[in-house]
Amino acid sequence: MKPFEYAAPRDEAGVLECLSPEPGHVEILAGGTDLLPLLQKMILTPRRVVNIKEVASLRRLSADSQGVVIGAAVTLSDLLEAPELAPCTALRQAIEGIDALQLVSQMTLGGELCRRPQCWYFRNGHGLLADAGRRVVQGDNRYHAILGNSGPAKFVHASRLAPALIALDASVRVIGPEREDEHYLPLADLFRTPRHERERETVLLPNQFLTHVYVPHPEGWLNATYEVKHGRGPAAPLAAASAALLLEGGRVADARVVLGHVAPVPWLSHEAAQELIGHAVSAETAARAGQAAVAAATPLSQNAYKVDLAAVAVERAILKAAGLPTGGL
Amino acid sequence: MKDQPHLTLPRGGVSRRAFLKGSGATAAAAAAISGTTAVEAAESRATFVAAETVSIELRVNGAMHKVTVEPRTTLLDVLRYRLDLTGAKPVSIDASSGASTVLIDGKPASANVVLALDCRGKHIQTAESLGGKDPDPVVKAFIKHDAMQCGFCTPGFVVAVRAFLDQHPNATKEQILNGLNGNLCRCGTYANVIMAALDAAKGGK
Repeated sequence: MKPFEYAAPRDEAGVLECLSPEPGHVEILAGGTDLLPLLQKMILTPRRVVNIKEVASLRRLSADSQGVVIGAAVTLSDLLEAPELAPCTALRQAIEGIDALQLVSQMTLGGELCRRPQCWYFRNGHGLLADAGRRVVQGDNRYHAILGNSGPAKFVHASRLAPALIALDASVRVIGPEREDEHYLPLADLFRTPRHERERETVLLPNQFLTHVYVPHPEGWLNATYEVKHGRGPAAPLAAASAALLLEGGRVADARVVLGHVAPVPWLSHEAAQELIGHAVSAETAARAGQAAVAAATPLSQNAYKVDLAAVAVERAILKAAGLPTGGL
Repeated sequence: MKDQPHLTLPRGGVSRRAFLKGSGATAAAAAAISGTTAVEAAESRATFVAAETVSIELRVNGAMHKVTVEPRTTLLDVLRYRLDLTGAKPVSIDASSGASTVLIDGKPASANVVLALDCRGKHIQTAESLGGKDPDPVVKAFIKHDAMQCGFCTPGFVVAVRAFLDQHPNATKEQILNGLNGNLCRCGTYANVIMAALDAAKGGK
């Protein structure tokens, strides 16, 4: 690790004071499960690390009649234990998918959403885009994107909770650069596909940070997450999907389907949702939605297999949400 | 150690006031969140800043230790190379092996991805705290079931099993099989570890 200065502010304004407008000068530390390995491998070499876990407002989870407000530094194990989040089954299942008790008790919600890509080109010092994507296209791309990969970014977004939270219609609060600056945006709008090396995977400026996530009560919305994994343990899924369904009279009145680990952003599939709306949930409609979700897929040289896995993830997330047997393991 | 913020970084003159309260869901979020954050404004306290080597006190296995650390020093480095508590092992650079598992305020954590400065004022328990003359039931169960081969993963496993059983005192075999996936054993002695964990769940404290 390169030397850096350490700061642990006690309030949100203190965090803003510690940030810098220069990209890469300051990194925010929450759970540390993602940042520490990146610091150790010197992929990130900040001048200062800001620990946000000592800010009381960021560690708080509170609920009202409308929804749940979760501070960015609330740990995933605290989310699992929160009775207010019991109806958010998609979120709980996504956390359970991480499948390592150390990680679940260390990782924080904000840190999980801002996790850097698992791409091995990025993690081995080839840069976020690995020569504008050329190394990925010509090299080993078996775990890379199959959707939204026409630009230089070929990695898949690393967050496992974002698809579930987007399906649950979550929004986020971002503050900075100045103390008075407060932004609220849908979680889906937090993420973007970077176009050059100086951009990251979120729209956050270097001197802004994510403080809270708001999850409205999923009243009536059935929801679930299905991850296709290579085995047990905390390794990233090969493809994942979260589905939220609003049923009226046995038919789907509204639906949100979000894929994970298939694109540089959590991938909201309107095509899959359209396939469901107006129909009763069955194995056939779920399979059709799965196919619709990957109809526009553009796999790279080694990851065509992910197209099938993504379709199956969507299909099974829908069936799981509706309480129908998913088949498979 | 400095108490006041030590701001060496350039602060840009960007002054962009923006209140994007939005509509629909984001408006609801704005209303819900602003209610909870307003409370904090009053209780502002000084930022803890460490620019270079600082001396801190760490509470490890019940005893206070004064150690000198850099901001980049990990908890695992302090435990192994300053305090000579070598139970937690450096195996993976990320937190994928579980070999450095310790308890921080009772919660399991991989010590190699925790900065020592993050542990100010926290209670750290290592595998050593479970040993001694009257070992923890988990340790006894590991011995009884011969739940180790080379032994390198064992301290991490013992702490993880202890943490898991603290959360699930009456864990079933199914729960134990699903709950201990954060630890890897290269020798493949999982069957005995599961037996030991099951035994500790039944007969342990």
